[in-house]
Amino acid sequence: MNIVDRRPNPKGKSHANRQRFIRLARETLKEAVVRSIKDRALGDVDTREVVDIPVKRIQEPRLRHAGKGGNREHVLPGNREYVEGDTLPKPKSAAGKGGGREGSPDGEGEDSFQFTLSREEYLDILFEELELPNLAKTYLKETPRMRTTRAGFTMSGAPSNLNLVRTMRNSLARRIALSRPKPAALADLEAAIVDATGDAEGAARLADLIARRDRLVRRAKAIAFIDPLDLRYNRFEPTPQPNAQAVMFCLMDVSGSMSEYMKDLAKRFFLLLHLFLDRKYEHVEVVFIRHTSRAQEVDEETFFRSQETGGTVVSTALEEMHRIVAERYPVAEWNIYGAQASDGDNYSSDSETCIELLRNQLLPLCQFFAYIEVLDEREIGVFRSEANASVLWRDYKTIVDRFGNFAMTRVFSKADIFPVFHQLFAKSRHAA
Amino acid sequence: MPREPSRTRAKSAEAKLLYTSGEWTFETLKATYDAIEAIAVGELGLDPYANQIELINSEQMLDAYSSIGMPVFYHHWSFGKKFARDEKSYRKGYSGLAYEIVINSNPCISYIMEENTMTMQALVMAHAAFGHNHFFKNNYLFREWTDAEGILDYLSFARSFVMRAEEQHGIAQVERVLDAGHALMDQGVNRYGRRPRLSLANERRRAESRREYRRETYNDLWRTLPASTSPAATPDEGAEIDQGTHRLGLPEENLLYFIEKFSPRLKGWERELLRIVRNIGQYFYPQKQTKMMNEGCATYVHYRIMNRLYDTGRIGEGAMLEFLASHANVVFQPAFDDPRYSGINPYALGFAMMCDIERVVTEPGDEDRAFLPEIAGTGDVMGTLRTAWANYRDDSFVAQYLSPHLMRKLRLFQLVDRPDTPDYRVEAIHDERGYRRLRRALARQYDPGLRDPNIQVSDVDMAGSRRLVLTHRMNNAVPLAEADARAVLAYVADLWGYDVALRGVGDDDGIAYTYEAAVPA
Repeated sequence: MNIVDRRPNPKGKSHANRQRFIRLARETLKEAVVRSIKDRALGDVDTREVVDIPVKRIQEPRLRHAGKGGNREHVLPGNREYVEGDTLPKPKSAAGKGGGREGSPDGEGEDSFQFTLSREEYLDILFEELELPNLAKTYLKETPRMRTTRAGFTMSGAPSNLNLVRTMRNSLARRIALSRPKPAALADLEAAIVDATGDAEGAARLADLIARRDRLVRRAKAIAFIDPLDLRYNRFEPTPQPNAQAVMFCLMDVSGSMSEYMKDLAKRFFLLLHLFLDRKYEHVEVVFIRHTSRAQEVDEETFFRSQETGGTVVSTALEEMHRIVAERYPVAEWNIYGAQASDGDNYSSDSETCIELLRNQLLPLCQFFAYIEVLDEREIGVFRSEANASVLWRDYKTIVDRFGNFAMTRVFSKADIFPVFHQLFAKSRHAA
Repeated sequence: MPREPSRTRAKSAEAKLLYTSGEWTFETLKATYDAIEAIAVGELGLDPYANQIELINSEQMLDAYSSIGMPVFYHHWSFGKKFARDEKSYRKGYSGLAYEIVINSNPCISYIMEENTMTMQALVMAHAAFGHNHFFKNNYLFREWTDAEGILDYLSFARSFVMRAEEQHGIAQVERVLDAGHALMDQGVNRYGRRPRLSLANERRRAESRREYRRETYNDLWRTLPASTSPAATPDEGAEIDQGTHRLGLPEENLLYFIEKFSPRLKGWERELLRIVRNIGQYFYPQKQTKMMNEGCATYVHYRIMNRLYDTGRIGEGAMLEFLASHANVVFQPAFDDPRYSGINPYALGFAMMCDIERVVTEPGDEDRAFLPEIAGTGDVMGTLRTAWANYRDDSFVAQYLSPHLMRKLRLFQLVDRPDTPDYRVEAIHDERGYRRLRRALARQYDPGLRDPNIQVSDVDMAGSRRLVLTHRMNNAVPLAEADARAVLAYVADLWGYDVALRGVGDDDGIAYTYEAAVPA
């Protein structure tokens, strides 16, 4: 008998099967995932996602007997009262008690089953075919973060970096090439000298042996066991590390004209953007800036919940963002993303300032800046056409073509959010 | 017949508890295994393969579940689906995991879980490593149909073959064949013995004897008859086609075999994939036919062994109680009107029958002598059981050994369901008039020939459209599940490459239904 402990064996032997299953059910999963995005809090990304899959696409049919029909016999245990010839009424539904069950093997009852996706699988499906704009810029940027990596060998260095294997290899090669006498050969000679006899012939041999020994000793002294030439050291080189951190600015108008519904739309967009960035960068920070006629940085709860009254001066938020960037997020170290949500209202003379701020200060700093105009569903009719666009929309429109990292779009309903997001980051947009 | 734990426990000096705590260690596992082996081989006379016990954790158990318990298996999405379902029901606590999985291989591999207590490990080793193992090695179905020596090698060959095919032809192409193969897996087994291999010597002998016969019966008179000129005598097309179907070996019950050999459109690697599915289906076929006996055998063996360990003072009373609790769960049989009822529990019926055989062999009544004269009162319990385990499968075992005593104990009765009546009829109960009918009915319930639909390849239009015709010989007018059948038929059409029809033929030889499937364009 043999007891084998298999517990240290790698787990997840079914991983490949799972991947195949996900690929097969991908379409269905995608629908479910997009549906599930509606009910999430921003930053709530660590939970595993449970989705329902209708079974019809993944069924495994077999040739088997139907659950009903034909002449059937069942032998059942636990008879208490029946005698031969008794009758008992058939249950109305086939899945009733007793005999009805017997004929239906597994399979017929299942209509859907729940499937738990890991976070990676969930995001993979959610952001399939999407791509971060201007990601290339990250790597071109000057990065102060360095990491040392191994880079071959060198002839000089600190003793702690001595590469023993290389050094000894060189030493051995040199000793063989210069035929440095081996200790064994020397020992043999010494032994022969001791054994040498005292007669005339022996004396001649002895002298010869001693001469040979002295020659060998001289040679061994002349050819070093390890020569400075042999030494090799591990070489390290500092290599620049691409920046893997991002900061995301959420800018939102919280003046009275923004309804709860509009804020909810904006929140969904911010949430998606956060999930997306979080997947691309090791570390993502989020800064919330709300504004009325003046801007202020707040936490998430305040950002989405509290209502402020006052006018609307959009440029204050942009200024605040610029100030925070300058203060806390050096451009060299951070990838900066901005997303501004507003209903488009602005103090009329302020738009000039906004354009100026964006063009000269913010857009050059940002990887990407998106403006989403959230509108009430009831306003679709009014705002569909460009002519009736809001103040901010009209003014932003003038610079959108000149900056590749600036995008603007309008959102009317919850159902729009994902398509709009998809459209902003779709690969084809950047390929074109 | 659950026996009372003996009241005269051995108190001899060498009787020492094998373990005292619930936690197992490798030392206690080893010592317990040795004690169990001494009983199983020495006292019960079992003849198992060499054992290999492998410890795994619950995650690995879930992994093993999804690939039908086999240690290596090829990749397929259906296993991923099964894994997802098992994992969920386990994590939510709807279902526990099996305590063990045992593989019919030589050496016989038993997986045991690290979460088990020492008593459970002892139970599992007795159950799987000796009970199931003995059954695998000795039952005629396993001996004839499965190759315990080679199965693990074959599975790893299958796995690498599928992987290579996926690399060469793409996962989608491989899945297409495997999906279709899995759908036909139940129809991919040979039910009636291997066909004899043609050998050159046999062929020569046959030709020889034919020639000999012709020579002996030669009569020169026939030569003088004028040659027939009637049109019937000229070989016509129909005869040619008949010859064609004859050459295909029709009718053929093994659909996968037929498609693998004769499909006009399959490529070599696709045929090999079908062959893999077919071989694995064949490997598992005996398990389906002996489920009840196999579990009964293993349960009876662990029950005997654990009791013996207790009687000889090798396990404590706490361990015995723990064992009895879990044993009672395993052999629990709810009555038909209990909400927990979901068919006859194979563990319960199997164990009850083994115990009943023990009773008949040792203390038979007059009734037993009349019903089971071959074994009643012979006194050799293990000899009788070993013979039964070696030579029967579920249906024949029930037909041979189910005693009136046990039918009364389980209070079995037979219900008959006719489609044209509003009621079920109680056809037989556990009384004098009903014993034989009940026994026959229960045996039929386990008969694989009646349980699986009888579907054969009956005709191929080799001269024309190459249309494949399958015939379902309906038993008691029980139809197929239609949606499934149509889906499977579409798979068959895809594999065959031409149109396919499935005809249901009733008991009166009339055609009850016809499903057709065309090749996807």
